[in-house]
Amino acid sequence: MNGVVNWAVHFFMLDEGPLIWLSDFLIGCATIGIIVALTYFKLWKWLWDNWLTTVDHKKIGIMYLIAAVLMLFRGGTDGLLMRAQLSWPNLHFLTADHYDQIFTTHGTIMILFMAMPAIIGFFNVAVPLQIGCRDVAFPYLNAISFWLFFSAALLFNLSFVVGGSPDGGWTSYPPYVENFFDPGPGENYFLVALQITGIGTIATGVNFLITILRMRAPGMTMMRLPMFTWSVFITSIIIVFAFPVLTVALALLLIDRDFGSHFFTVTGGGMPMQYINLFWIWGHPEVYIVILPAFGILSEVVSTFSHKRLFGYSAMVVSMIAIAILSFVVWVHHFFTMGAGPGVNSFFGVSTMAIAIPTGVKVFNWLFTMHKGRVEFTSAMLWAVGFIPNFLIGGLTGVMLAVPPADYQYHNSYFLIAHFHYTLIGGTVFGVFAGIYYWWPKMFGVLLDEKLGRWHFWTFMIGFNICFFPQFFLGFMGMQRRMYTYPAGYGWGIINLISTVGAVLMGVGFLIFVWNVLWSARFGQRDTTGDPWDGRSLEWATTSPAPEYNFAIIPTIKGRDAWWLMKKTGESINGPKGVPFRPIHMPNNSGRPIIMSLFFFIAGGGFIFQWWVLAIIGLLGVLVTMAQRSFEYHDHHYIPVEEIERTEAAAGRL
Amino acid sequence: MSNAHTAVHGDHHPVDPSIPVEYHEEENSLRIAGFWVFLGSDLVLFSCLFATYVVMHGRVAGGPTSQQLFDVTGFTIETIALLFSSFTCGLATYEMRRGNRNAMVTWLFITVALGLVFLGFEIDEFVHNVSIGATMQRSGFLSAFFTLVGTHGCHVTMGTLWMLSVIIQLIRYGITPITARKAFIVSIYWHFLDAVWIFIFTVVYLTGKVV
Amino acid sequence: MKPSGRRVRSLFFIVGLSMLALAGCDDPKYMPVLSPQGPVARSEYYLILYSFIVMLLVVLGVFVIYFYVITKYRARPENKDYVPPEIEGNTKWETIWTVIPIIIVIALAIPTVAVTYKLVKPPKVEAATTAAVGKSLTIDVISEQWKWVFKYPEQNIETVNYVNIPAGVPVNFELTASGPINAFWVPALGGMEYAMPGMNLKLWLEADHPGTYQGRSGQYSGRGFAHMTFNVNAQSPADFAKWVQTTQRTAPKLTQQAQDQIQKPGLLNKPLTFSSTEPQ
Repeated sequence: MNGVVNWAVHFFMLDEGPLIWLSDFLIGCATIGIIVALTYFKLWKWLWDNWLTTVDHKKIGIMYLIAAVLMLFRGGTDGLLMRAQLSWPNLHFLTADHYDQIFTTHGTIMILFMAMPAIIGFFNVAVPLQIGCRDVAFPYLNAISFWLFFSAALLFNLSFVVGGSPDGGWTSYPPYVENFFDPGPGENYFLVALQITGIGTIATGVNFLITILRMRAPGMTMMRLPMFTWSVFITSIIIVFAFPVLTVALALLLIDRDFGSHFFTVTGGGMPMQYINLFWIWGHPEVYIVILPAFGILSEVVSTFSHKRLFGYSAMVVSMIAIAILSFVVWVHHFFTMGAGPGVNSFFGVSTMAIAIPTGVKVFNWLFTMHKGRVEFTSAMLWAVGFIPNFLIGGLTGVMLAVPPADYQYHNSYFLIAHFHYTLIGGTVFGVFAGIYYWWPKMFGVLLDEKLGRWHFWTFMIGFNICFFPQFFLGFMGMQRRMYTYPAGYGWGIINLISTVGAVLMGVGFLIFVWNVLWSARFGQRDTTGDPWDGRSLEWATTSPAPEYNFAIIPTIKGRDAWWLMKKTGESINGPKGVPFRPIHMPNNSGRPIIMSLFFFIAGGGFIFQWWVLAIIGLLGVLVTMAQRSFEYHDHHYIPVEEIERTEAAAGRL
Repeated sequence: MSNAHTAVHGDHHPVDPSIPVEYHEEENSLRIAGFWVFLGSDLVLFSCLFATYVVMHGRVAGGPTSQQLFDVTGFTIETIALLFSSFTCGLATYEMRRGNRNAMVTWLFITVALGLVFLGFEIDEFVHNVSIGATMQRSGFLSAFFTLVGTHGCHVTMGTLWMLSVIIQLIRYGITPITARKAFIVSIYWHFLDAVWIFIFTVVYLTGKVV
Repeated sequence: MKPSGRRVRSLFFIVGLSMLALAGCDDPKYMPVLSPQGPVARSEYYLILYSFIVMLLVVLGVFVIYFYVITKYRARPENKDYVPPEIEGNTKWETIWTVIPIIIVIALAIPTVAVTYKLVKPPKVEAATTAAVGKSLTIDVISEQWKWVFKYPEQNIETVNYVNIPAGVPVNFELTASGPINAFWVPALGGMEYAMPGMNLKLWLEADHPGTYQGRSGQYSGRGFAHMTFNVNAQSPADFAKWVQTTQRTAPKLTQQAQDQIQKPGLLNKPLTFSSTEPQ
């Protein structure tokens, strides 16, 4: 009996101190609160019918974005804990073990469970509307992608309170993460959760690639695609070719840990460098997966709020393709210090610098889109305009890092930390916030408040620079990443303190954003036109939010900036008057994706704790749900003409 | 770019008899295209496993080498069975285009049977290796060998289960655009596995026997 | 410290706000990367400097255009009726901003490749010092959890968590690890290189003058990683020779017990010295 109690105390980490107790308490409260609220307001059926079983790309996109904001909170809290620990020399607010876990979860969550769902959320929200179709190519698969991501995120976050978090860094280099040095379930959580979300991401890549290739409205040629859709198209190609590499890297490491093989071990002929290569063959394209769509959002926002066509459209497309290709031939720059020899290092150094060329083209094209425009500084535009200088600093320090001999000095230092936060926050996060303010009315039919939006932007932007600019100097002063504390006497203390102040300010910015969301939901200005920004692409032709079927009649596209052209020539999105509606063929909702992901979750738990019965149950469940789908023949329905007429009449579009 | 906007949720078009039956609905053609893209990503997965295998080939850590381990008769029979199954799978597609359900189902059954022969020999090889102590825990080389060949074996297992489910649907519903599409996709998958096997045969078995 | 270096360092301070002055960062010991104390660190420092200046020019150039555009074309009540022209692109300008970055990348790539090749060879030695100690010195470095072991194969000496080297002589550090990967980094003397199990990577470093330079691990390797620091004591060749002799005479032999202590995961209270490299 005593043994069982001890095991349970250790398993639920009750021996790990107040941080875990507090988390347990908060998780318990939140869970009970949600259950009580749903029951009290009788919302369970609504939740199941409208959200959990939906295959509608717009709703899936919204769920991705909600998850991304929640994960931003989790990852941001991790970041603040780290900054608190480092704010002064010799602090022991966190132990070394806890700090190691927190920087690992911070990095992993921010990249894979914050940036990825935010980006994929916008894929879903905008792409089908922008190309004039009614859903993605495979709506059911789209739901599976989302629920796989969601169960993986849940699994990963569970590690904080059950069994212990991973502590090998988000890159998780072997041999440190092998069982011999790093026993326990923590690292398995990392491997299994990333594996599950990775499968979902590959499916997303396939889905959007085919959607954009095959489902464009008539007349929407590739060179008439909105720039965001172009960026999604290229990103999807990168996903399809990069993510399987991650799958392999993670699988081999998991086989090492679960079954005692010798891929990356110190003994038995293992080769840790193979993992590092595989990881970065995925890892570098991955950073372009999260930045290219941000470029796309930026192109839309800059052009819309300059009230001017995007400058150098073809050059923008070509430079994105060039970036995509180059992204696969630069991975060695993440480990110039691994002794690959001067020839290899030179090649990868120069190929990395070459990425600056197409990126520079894009920056100048954005600047020249604003040139001679009428630049309106709405909140969305503020984020886009803030993106340019911040991302520029990130990109150019990236060129400095691409010089191998200089990298020997920067490697893993705070110079590097500052660099990639400038690209990932100054790039991706700014882009995502621009997208949120820009597409919010399209998603919810209500505008976010502009004044709160400005406060959000300025606090976050200033906080971000106060936080990360000093870190360039910490790098020159010899401070390395992943140090849980440092002694006095290096002169690092005051700079770290300034950096921490900046981080707190970013936290304040985030809270203002949350307040803005809540305030606007209640008091925000409603968007009755469907086109609050005088937009240019097709999503602004629909009502806000768009009806289930997006377009009552699929529009015929006559040029780039399709909706802008229609407005100029006075055309209606429903075509000439008197064209009759026809019944619309739509996919049915399905509860199977969420059930299937539950089985993935169960199987994941089995692989994490090496409880093979659980793993087998989970995998069998996955197989059974797949077989059920194979035998499902009635998965579509028709929306009758009367219902379309009712919906369109209610929107005043008849 | 045809009138693809009507795909998936659009209207049904009159059937053009010159198009193969599995492409008779836009949605089917989308799914086939999507599956090709998936195979592209699966190919990347196998490439990484191959690369890892090549890197690990010499890292035997004092354990058995590929030369000592590989059995020529075994892997030759496996190869013949799988190559022949690809041929019978092609015959099934041929009969499908001719609208000949019973012949198609027969060929698919033969394909599954050959797949099972292949799997039987592979399992026998693995069991034999393990019985003489050549487990995946023995060395980096064996880890990579079991993972690469085992991943292919898992794919074949999935393929046989999938093909059986398609056979059941064919028997139940006959050759319709939907069942034809399903049969066509599983056959592309099967040919893909055959192509991967040819690489395993050369890179792993032939090279491993010689070098 | 070369004058050009000092100038750029002060430029860093201007950019880096007055906080650096607050921290008293004009002392070279605070900015080891920017105060190189040996030929390897110096050639890396010049590349850092060069790439920084080039990038600074780019930043300034873009910022000028950026601020011009966002102030001049900002929407105001006066220009409410202004309808922006629909401009497709401009081949001339687009060519210019493609070609200029290409030139910049080439200008950056040439010295980069040259120095990358240079650094795999030992730095050039002054003739005076070679006579005293020989052409170069080889030291095997092993990273343990979480300490640094230095073996002098020719001198048959082992030190833990500190290393003595002769100033003015190129030292060939041969890096390996017994467990997780670490990176061997002495910022004042040169950039880092991984110490990996089953691998043996070379890193050439050299100190100009006698002095003590701090080194640390640059690659996370577990809970003791932050404490993986060591001192590099550069001595005059004569002092170094004396140290070698004294150590060989007086330091204890490496025992199996001491070896086990070193290999066990954990930290050491103080540096160790032994007069043999294999446990007796």
